[in-house]
Amino acid sequence: MATDSTWLDFEKPIIELERRMQDLKDFGSKESIEFSAELKRLEHRLAKLKEEIYSGLSSWQKVQLARHPRRPYTLDYVESICSYFVELHGDRTFRDDKAVIGGLAEIEGRPIMVIGQQKGRNTKENLYRNFGMPHPEGYRKALRLMHVAVKFNCPIVSFIDTPGAFPGVGAEERGQSEAIARNLREMATVPVPFVVAVIGEGGSGGALAMAVGDAILMMENAIYSVITPEGCAAILWRDRARAPQAAEALRLTATDLHELGVVDELVPEPLGGAHRDVTSAAATLKEALLRWLDDLSRLSTEELLSRRAAKYRAMGVFERG
Amino acid sequence: MAEETEDRGSWLAKTSESLKAKKKRELPNGLWVKCDECQEFIYQKELERTYWICRKCGYHFRISAKGYIDLLSDSGSFQEHFSEIISCDPLKFRDSKKYVDRLKQAREKTGLKESITTGRSRVGGHPVGLGAMDFAFLGGSLASAVGEKITLLIELCIDYGMPLVIVCSSGGARMQEGILSLMQMAKVSSSLAALAQKRLPYVSILTNPTTAGVSASYASLGDIIIAEPGALVGFAGPRVIEQTINQELPPGFQRSEFALEHGMVDMIVTRGELRSTLIRILDFFQKTTRLWERDAASQV
Repeated sequence: MATDSTWLDFEKPIIELERRMQDLKDFGSKESIEFSAELKRLEHRLAKLKEEIYSGLSSWQKVQLARHPRRPYTLDYVESICSYFVELHGDRTFRDDKAVIGGLAEIEGRPIMVIGQQKGRNTKENLYRNFGMPHPEGYRKALRLMHVAVKFNCPIVSFIDTPGAFPGVGAEERGQSEAIARNLREMATVPVPFVVAVIGEGGSGGALAMAVGDAILMMENAIYSVITPEGCAAILWRDRARAPQAAEALRLTATDLHELGVVDELVPEPLGGAHRDVTSAAATLKEALLRWLDDLSRLSTEELLSRRAAKYRAMGVFERG
Repeated sequence: MAEETEDRGSWLAKTSESLKAKKKRELPNGLWVKCDECQEFIYQKELERTYWICRKCGYHFRISAKGYIDLLSDSGSFQEHFSEIISCDPLKFRDSKKYVDRLKQAREKTGLKESITTGRSRVGGHPVGLGAMDFAFLGGSLASAVGEKITLLIELCIDYGMPLVIVCSSGGARMQEGILSLMQMAKVSSSLAALAQKRLPYVSILTNPTTAGVSASYASLGDIIIAEPGALVGFAGPRVIEQTINQELPPGFQRSEFALEHGMVDMIVTRGELRSTLIRILDFFQKTTRLWERDAASQV
């Protein structure tokens, strides 16, 4: 399991205080001593501390939360939200990409096709999952499952959580660009409801390649960006250490994207982030998913597709000069 | 064939005027240019006659959007459309410089308003929607205005039943418009789905470089994909890959020839042959369209 080092610096005062309170409670019950006054005082301090820390999170802190090693990943949400999940594997062309998962699932008794990017929780898992960075075959697997969904008239739910498409020799040899581009074009005309949930990191084209849906939901502390803040800082500031500044400039938080009209719904997280209470985070997301799936299912296929085309047609801000 | 030769003769003369490449490596007297690849000094007048291709090593110098438009179009047939669509600064983006200042500088430097020029043209008599990107304008980056111009161009093709031709030259999405730039990949690809449903041909021409967000969207979606020799074509930048895998990349990695070898492009065509190749492709597609119509009519 995750160790102490997996807490972020700005979380540490809270974690420490919580631990002190726990110790006090444990000690109190063991020795039958009443610490209620002291505990109440600490409780009050904790609430104030949380308020202080979490009400003013910078974009960079949100980046850290989005990448939090304890953050729930795609399969955690699937497990929590779906009553049934049968994972399907492979692109039928080259291999099974472990950075992308997908399969048959049920949400409140109704069938959905799940696709998503999957990170690993520790080094071993991350090597297996390639840190959630898909190769072309991952995108092709996702597309294959979309086609299965279409054939059986089943809505698609896509979970987005990737640093980006993998930059490697094999990925280039097998057409990373083509795989992403093809998905973008195909998703525009997939004739079933398609809901996207950005749960962690929306890493550029590698995220978008599975995210052209009818509704884009985004968890409060998730990010979605054209480039990583580090990459942007390296190019524009010529200094990766300027990543916090780049994060601010890129407007990559859920609030930013909601304001920019890219995200349809901002899904609130428990105070401190989804990792502080996974069950409640998943329950909130489930409620939002069901609502969108219900609404979209009422549309005819023509309405659905023309609505989707209009949604992406309207993306962008420019002038007429 | 005779027609084609005659046709080529007529535009050959005019290209020497209009193929104005960037003059970065020009020597002070403006007469000699050094080849980026083999370091050979070449007389500029000669380069203009050879479509800015090095006579010694075949290196294709970068040329402007206007250069490609003149190179591909029937003489005087190009009419620019959508030049009124220009970038603004939706994020109020500022790094070491303000985005608005970068835009102003790019406009002054290139005389262009955006990184893509779009319009109606004729190629070997075929009406086409033609777009050409210019790397000199902020690295040919894809931003809101660029996505809008390409989408309008696609819609123009759909309205008039014309094929689409895009000359790509880009380092990817424009960071200064953040997520809005990324969304242009989805916007243009979605419009291309509509074009495909109308069974209108799309020819994508990849020039040096075509990478990242542009490569991972419309550049890779042509019915026919043509690449110029030696162009950098790929998703991730070579430096990023080198840092990730921590080893040197094989020579020729991500060049057009590598892309052809791995099945990512249909053909590599030298700049001098681009127009005649494009005409042959458009001829073919026009015939298939006619045959479809004739068959449909005979079934009524």
